[in-house]
Amino acid sequence: MTEVAYLASAVAFIVGLKLLGAPRTARTGNRIAATGMLAAIVTTLVSEDIVGWWTVVAGLVVGAALGAWFALRVQMTAMPELVAAFNGFGGIASALVASVAVVQSDLDALAPETSVSILFSIVIGAITFTGSFVAFGKLQGTLPGRPMTFPGQHIINGLLAAALVSVSIWAGVAGEAVGYWVVAGIALAMGVLGVVPIGGADMPVVVSLLNSLSGLAAAAAGFAIESNALIIGGALVGAAGLILTLQMTEAMNRSLGNVLFAGFGAADSSGSGSSAIGERPVKRATADDVAIALGYAESVMVVPGYGLAVAQAQHAVRELADALEARGVTVHYAIHPVAGRMPGHMNVLLAEADVPYEQLLDIEQAGPMLPRTDVALIVGANDVVNPSARDDATSPIYGMPILEVDRASRVIVVKRSLSPGFAGIDNPLFYDDNTLMFFDDAKGALEETIAALKQI
Amino acid sequence: MSPLVVGVTVFVLAAVVGLELISKVPPTLHTPLMSGANAISGITIIGAIAAAGLDADAVARVLGFLALVAATINVVGGFLVTDRMLEMFKSRSDRKRATDD
Repeated sequence: MTEVAYLASAVAFIVGLKLLGAPRTARTGNRIAATGMLAAIVTTLVSEDIVGWWTVVAGLVVGAALGAWFALRVQMTAMPELVAAFNGFGGIASALVASVAVVQSDLDALAPETSVSILFSIVIGAITFTGSFVAFGKLQGTLPGRPMTFPGQHIINGLLAAALVSVSIWAGVAGEAVGYWVVAGIALAMGVLGVVPIGGADMPVVVSLLNSLSGLAAAAAGFAIESNALIIGGALVGAAGLILTLQMTEAMNRSLGNVLFAGFGAADSSGSGSSAIGERPVKRATADDVAIALGYAESVMVVPGYGLAVAQAQHAVRELADALEARGVTVHYAIHPVAGRMPGHMNVLLAEADVPYEQLLDIEQAGPMLPRTDVALIVGANDVVNPSARDDATSPIYGMPILEVDRASRVIVVKRSLSPGFAGIDNPLFYDDNTLMFFDDAKGALEETIAALKQI
Repeated sequence: MSPLVVGVTVFVLAAVVGLELISKVPPTLHTPLMSGANAISGITIIGAIAAAGLDADAVARVLGFLALVAATINVVGGFLVTDRMLEMFKSRSDRKRATDD
């Protein structure tokens, strides 16, 4: 009976994930998965031989209160950080479940596959935990976003990995609890050291990979305590996270290995465009210029980036679009796969501002439309529209697919200054004859433009 | 079959299902999907409940309690925040319907 109930939960996860894949059904899918989880929790409460009820009830209440508090008060712009944090909690939970098995078991009598599963769960869970919280700090700005490197880093990481493997083997073979704790300590350190040298721009890939790892940690815990529900849930998430991660690196035209081990951004900030940033002339525009260019266009393509998120300008951009549509201008949004800090982050922000998802185009849809677009309006984006990725083989982002906004009849860039983007490289688009630069915070700039639009 | 063989079979099949499901998702939904999948990885909560409820010594119960708190944050927070995100995805017709009501 218990197994049947868990099977129903597993089916709910699969159906839920499937429905999460389409805009119309996504919310239902999430609720089906949540219901499956609730069923699994109730089944466990009923079927397990629970003695310490107080511990269980207190744990559930405290965890639910904290989780709900985080989930309900987070700003939509801080979503990537929150996903990273939740991920960290999931990882440490799996490591702790395996740790209880270490404390409770007669380690000498453990089957080899059980001790291997316990070790996997501890190692992956601990790496997920510290790695996620370093990513959280980098995304939030408490830790510096730049890659932090130090001499001998690779040697230290190599030694740690070697120590992890040898202590794990010893702990498993000798059945010594202290070995398991040393393994946990090494894994915690590896999570920190693994993420610290990766630049802030690559954190989405890291969070996605850690999401996959948290699934694997749960699956390993499932092997340790022989629970098929854990194995199924964990394997589903492990596979999902891996696919998402690969899609992200593909969008950046880089390999996963390159993201994880290259220390990108530290190396080559002065690589291309030898003239100092900001010394070349640009065409500056005022709100009136922008309003006229937009108001008399037939088609406008808005390209949002992280600057829009930081300035909380998603509502202002939608108001501007509404005002333009009222004048008969066709408005679309072109969403680069890595715009913002996570794939789909921009979509969430624009959805928050009530932009219908039919207006949101991905890079394949927007690309062919750009040459026929009158005005491309870039709001707080930089690297994803940098023509160097297409034209300059020496550029660190060469080969990354971009939105070719320079093919539009006119380009307007709303940006606070000429400072380079996350990748730290200059953008020739800004100096182009066709480009107007409107230097202001995204929200202020858009509001001024809306006001100016009413005057024409 | 031994539990190990059953476990490996279940793991491989579930992973293949996961790969097939996810590969067809539009980028729009990547963030909510990551967040929703993350909440599902909180399934480790059922192991945590069992661990926290053991008739065990203090160390095991403290570890079990911490596991349960962390897993519950992951599950409750993850599903709630995913729902909050998805609430915002509306198409034109949905919005029209909402204003017609």
